[in-house]
Amino acid sequence: MEGRSFGSPWTRLLLATWRALSRAACAMDAESLLLSLELASGSGQGLSPDRRASLLTSLMLVKRDYRFDRVLFWGRILGLVADYYIAQGVSEDQLAPRKTLYSLNCMEWSLLPPATEEMEMQTSVVKGRFMGDPSHEYEHTELQKVNEGEKVFEEEVVVQIKEEKRLVSVIDQIDKAVAVIPRGALFKTPFGPINVNRTFEGLSLSEAKKLSSYFHFREPVELKNKTLLEKAELDPSLDFMDSLEHDIPKVPGDCGCGLLEQRGTPQMLLRGLARGAARGYLLGVCVLTRSCIQCIGNTLFCHTPSPVTPRPSVFWNE
Amino acid sequence: MGDPPPDPEPPSQPTSSRRSSQVSERRRTRPSVAPLVHEELQQIPLDPQILRGSREALSNQSNLHGWPQSTSLTPNENLVFQAEDSYVNPGFPAAVQRQAYLSEGRLQASQNASLMLQQLQQGEGNLFQELESAYQEPPADLGQFTMYQREDLPFSQGTEHGPYMTDDPTLQFSPSELGFMSFNMELPEPEPRELAVQNAKAYLLQTSINSDLSLYEHLVNLLTKILNQRPEDPLFLLESLNRTTQWEWFHPKLDTLRDDPEMQPTYEMAERQRALFSRSGGGEGEQEMEEEVAETAVPNIMEKAFYFEQAGVGLSSDESFRIFMALKQLVEQQPIHTCRFWGKILGLSRSYLVAEVEFREGEEEAEEEELEEMTEGGEAMEAHDEEEGDEDEDKVMDVIPKPTWKPPPVIPKEESRIGTNRYLYFVCNEPGRPWMRLPHVTPIQIVQARKIRKFFTGYLDAPVISYPPFPGNEANYLRAQIARISAATHISPLGFYQFGEEEGDEEEEGGAGRDSYEENPDFEGIPVLELVDSMANWVHHTQHILPQGRCTWVNPLQKTEEEEELGEEEEKADEGIEEVEQEVGPPLLTPLSEDAEIMHMAPWTARLSCTVSPQYSVAVVRSNLWPGAYAYASGKKFENIYIGWGHKYSPENFNPSLPAPIQHEYPSGPDTIEMSDPTVEEEQALKAAQEQALAAAEEEEEDEEEDEDEDQDD
Repeated sequence: MEGRSFGSPWTRLLLATWRALSRAACAMDAESLLLSLELASGSGQGLSPDRRASLLTSLMLVKRDYRFDRVLFWGRILGLVADYYIAQGVSEDQLAPRKTLYSLNCMEWSLLPPATEEMEMQTSVVKGRFMGDPSHEYEHTELQKVNEGEKVFEEEVVVQIKEEKRLVSVIDQIDKAVAVIPRGALFKTPFGPINVNRTFEGLSLSEAKKLSSYFHFREPVELKNKTLLEKAELDPSLDFMDSLEHDIPKVPGDCGCGLLEQRGTPQMLLRGLARGAARGYLLGVCVLTRSCIQCIGNTLFCHTPSPVTPRPSVFWNE
Repeated sequence: MGDPPPDPEPPSQPTSSRRSSQVSERRRTRPSVAPLVHEELQQIPLDPQILRGSREALSNQSNLHGWPQSTSLTPNENLVFQAEDSYVNPGFPAAVQRQAYLSEGRLQASQNASLMLQQLQQGEGNLFQELESAYQEPPADLGQFTMYQREDLPFSQGTEHGPYMTDDPTLQFSPSELGFMSFNMELPEPEPRELAVQNAKAYLLQTSINSDLSLYEHLVNLLTKILNQRPEDPLFLLESLNRTTQWEWFHPKLDTLRDDPEMQPTYEMAERQRALFSRSGGGEGEQEMEEEVAETAVPNIMEKAFYFEQAGVGLSSDESFRIFMALKQLVEQQPIHTCRFWGKILGLSRSYLVAEVEFREGEEEAEEEELEEMTEGGEAMEAHDEEEGDEDEDKVMDVIPKPTWKPPPVIPKEESRIGTNRYLYFVCNEPGRPWMRLPHVTPIQIVQARKIRKFFTGYLDAPVISYPPFPGNEANYLRAQIARISAATHISPLGFYQFGEEEGDEEEEGGAGRDSYEENPDFEGIPVLELVDSMANWVHHTQHILPQGRCTWVNPLQKTEEEEELGEEEEKADEGIEEVEQEVGPPLLTPLSEDAEIMHMAPWTARLSCTVSPQYSVAVVRSNLWPGAYAYASGKKFENIYIGWGHKYSPENFNPSLPAPIQHEYPSGPDTIEMSDPTVEEEQALKAAQEQALAAAEEEEEDEEEDEDEDQDD
C-alpha cells in the first residue's frame, strides 16, 4: 500500500505546498490537483487513488503533446455507463478560448470541438442523464413545417444528436454559468492579454464573504451595461469581468448563482448554482484556497499562488 | 519635513533641537567645523536615543537645505557604516517585516530577505543607502507608516550624510578616525551634474495635494520590496507589484493593540474542535481503564471513508476523522445502542451531517413522551382558543357560516422503531457543533415533501415556504427527505440480511410483508464481479414508503371509537362513496433488479472501483434516482452513504404544482344574484296592479264598514 501512505492528507498537503512554493514560471494546475481535490471533497465528490495517479501522469503528457501553457483538470460528468473526465488546456492569455479534452479512463484524452451556438440550440432539447459513450445518439422527434406547393403541413422528423455534441455544449454552458475566479487573481495587461497575477495572495476573510469579490470567468457580458458612475470605482486592470454580485437569483433564495460556505478551516468553498437553459440546475464547486495550510507550529504559513483559476472544480450534472 | 520625531525621552528633546540649530548655523558659516564637533562630542552623553533624535533632526535639516547626501563617501566611512550596520542588525528583521511582509507570514522568507539585505548593505552600500534615505523623510500625516520609518532610522541614518558624519556614535570609539574625517569635512561646491541630480530628486520628491506620498518614496518602496522578495521575473511583475505597494501604503495594517477580527470564526471553530479532540481523548482513556475493550457504538468511519475513497466519493480523510470524533461525542452524550454515519446533506449556507442512531431499549420512550406532551400541550391550547372563539361568536349572534369542507383524515404517524421512524436522526452542521435531534416524521410530511423541491439553508428552524404548503419547518423537511432517501437507497448484498424465523406467520397480515430482519451469520460474501454484473445481488433493506407516507398501510377511513360515536351518520354516508384501495409496496429485501426504470434509465449504476486491478477493487453502486447516494460492498463489508443536496432526480425540469381550482364559496341562487332593474312598462304594470289592489282593498274595507254598520245597525 505505497499509494496509501502517499495519499495521507498531511503528506499530500505538504507535497502540494512544496510544489506551490517551488513552482516554475509556467504553472500547471494539474500539479496542485491533489491539494485542490482535497479541499473540494466536502461535497462528496472526489477521485479514487488510481484515477488521481493516472490523471497526474496523463495530464503531464497532454500538456507536452498539445503544447499548452497550463492544463486544468475541469471535473467529471457522471454517465450511466461511464464517466467523462474533462481537462482543459490554456494558452498564454487566460481568458482566450480553451481547448477541451475528455477521457473515459483518465489515460487517453481526445480533443473536443469548440462549442457553437448552433450546437447549443440543437442539444438543448436533450434531457436525461449522460450515457458515457460519446458516440451514443439521442433521438428527438420534432415537428417541422413542410411546404408542398401551397399546402403547409407539419411533419414529425427524428433528429439524431450525438452525445459528444451535447458534452461540448454542456461543458461550455457550465463554464459560462459557474466558472468563477476571485478578484485579483488575474489581471489585464495594458496590451490586452490577461495574465495570472502571481502576487495574488488570496482574499481576506471579510472580502471572501462578499460575492462582489468573485468574477465570472468568461468574457464580460454585464460590464458593458454598467453606468459610468458604477464603472468609476472599478480598477480596469482587475475588474474586467462580471462580478457575481448581481447574479439572479440572489442568495439566499431558493437557489443562488453563487454561494459561499465558510468552512472550519480558513478556506472558502464557493458552490455555484445556476439555472441552466434547459436542464434544471447546474451545480459546480469551486475551491478558492486562501492558504492551504493554516500553520504548522506557527511558522509555516504558506499560500498558494495557484488559486487563480476555478480549477479544479468538480462538476456533475444533475 | 520640519517634523522632528517625538523622542521617547523628553529630556533629550532640548539637546537635539539645540544641537540641530547649532549645526545649521554652523553650516551657514561653514568654516571651522571640526573644533565645534570636538566640543559637542564631549558634551553629548552616550545615549543612543539622543543620538538618534539628533541625527534625525540633522538629516531633516540637511534635506531641507538640499545638500548632497552621499556624494563624498570615503572607504573609511564605508567601514564605519558596516560596523554600524552590524550593530543595528538585530532589530532589522522586525522592522522589515512590518513594512513589506505585512500580509505574509513567511518568517523564513523574511529571514532570508534580511540576510540578503545585510549582504546588500555591505556589498552595494551606496545604492542601498541611497534607497534608504528616502525612508527618512517622514511624510507629514502618514501616521502608522511614519512610526515604522522611524524604526528604520538607526541603521540607515548614518549612512548617507557624508559631510555630517561627525555625530556618528561610532566616531566616539575611534577618535583617530575622527581627525581624518574632520579633514574631509570641507564640502566642495556642488558641481553642475550634482545639481542636476538634486533637481531631479527634488522633482521626484514632490508630493501632490491628494497624497503625501512622493514618487521617490514609492519607487524606493517598490525596489525594496522587489529586492526583499526576489521574484523570478521582476519586470513581468512590476505592474502588479507597483499596485500592491501603493495599496499597502494607504491600507496600513491595523494597530497591534486592536484584535484582528478577521479570523474570529475560524478560531472559534478550531476551539470547538479542540474540545472534541481533548475530551474524547480523556474519556477514552478512562473507559479503557474500566472496561478493558468495551464495545463502542461508534462505527469505524475511517475504514468506510477509505472504501468510499476507492470508489471516488466521500469526504476527505481529515473531515472523516472529525466526523468520527463528533459521532463519538454523540454516543457519549446520548444512550445510543447503534450509530451510523448516514451522510451529508448540503445546504445553501451550511451543510448537515446526519447520524442515524438507535437508542437502547427503554431509553427512547421517556424522551418521546416529553416531546409528545409538549406537542399535545400546544394542541390543547389551540383547541381551547378555538372554543373561546366560538363562545364569543355566539354572543355576537352573527354566526359565521362554517365551511362544509372537511380536512382529509389524518394518517397516524408510525411509532418509533417502526417503518419510517425506525431510526432516530441527529444532525449537526460541522463536527464540534452540537448535535440536534430531528423529530419523527409524519406521513403527511412525506407526502408533501414529494411534491416540493427546496434547497436546505442549513438552519433547522428555517421555514419551508412552498406550494403545496409543507407542514413544518426545515427540520421536518430534512427528516422527511432522509426518510425518503433511506427508503430508496439503502441497499445491501443479497443474503447479508435474512428474515427472522419467528415472523414467518405474520407475513400474510400486512401487504408490506415482514418489517424486520436480522443479520445472516452464514453470509459468506458475494464476489465483487458478481455484485457489479447483476443488480439482483443487491437488496433493499429499508422498507418502501407507500404513497400514503407510511411503510405499513393504514386505512384512513377506519375511525377510532370516539369518532365513531360522534359521527355515525356521516360515516354511513361516506362509506358508500369512498372505499380506499389498500396500497401495496414491494416487500423488504427486494432485489434492485426489480426497481422501476425512470424514463428508460436504469435506476442504479454499478462499477468496479478500479478497472485496472479488479481483484482488489470494491463494488460500487450509485443511485441514479437520488444523485449522491452510493453504496459499496467488499466481502462481508458494505456501507451506504448519501452526500448531496437532498433532491431526487427528475428528467424534466421541476414545476411546482398548479394551485387547485378555486372553490365555490356558496351556491348561487336568487339570494345572491343581482336582479335586473325593472323596465318602465313593468313599473307601470306594477303600479297599476298596486292601485288596483288598493282600490279593491278600499272597496272591501268599505264593504266591511258597511257590513259593520249593518251589524251595528242590527
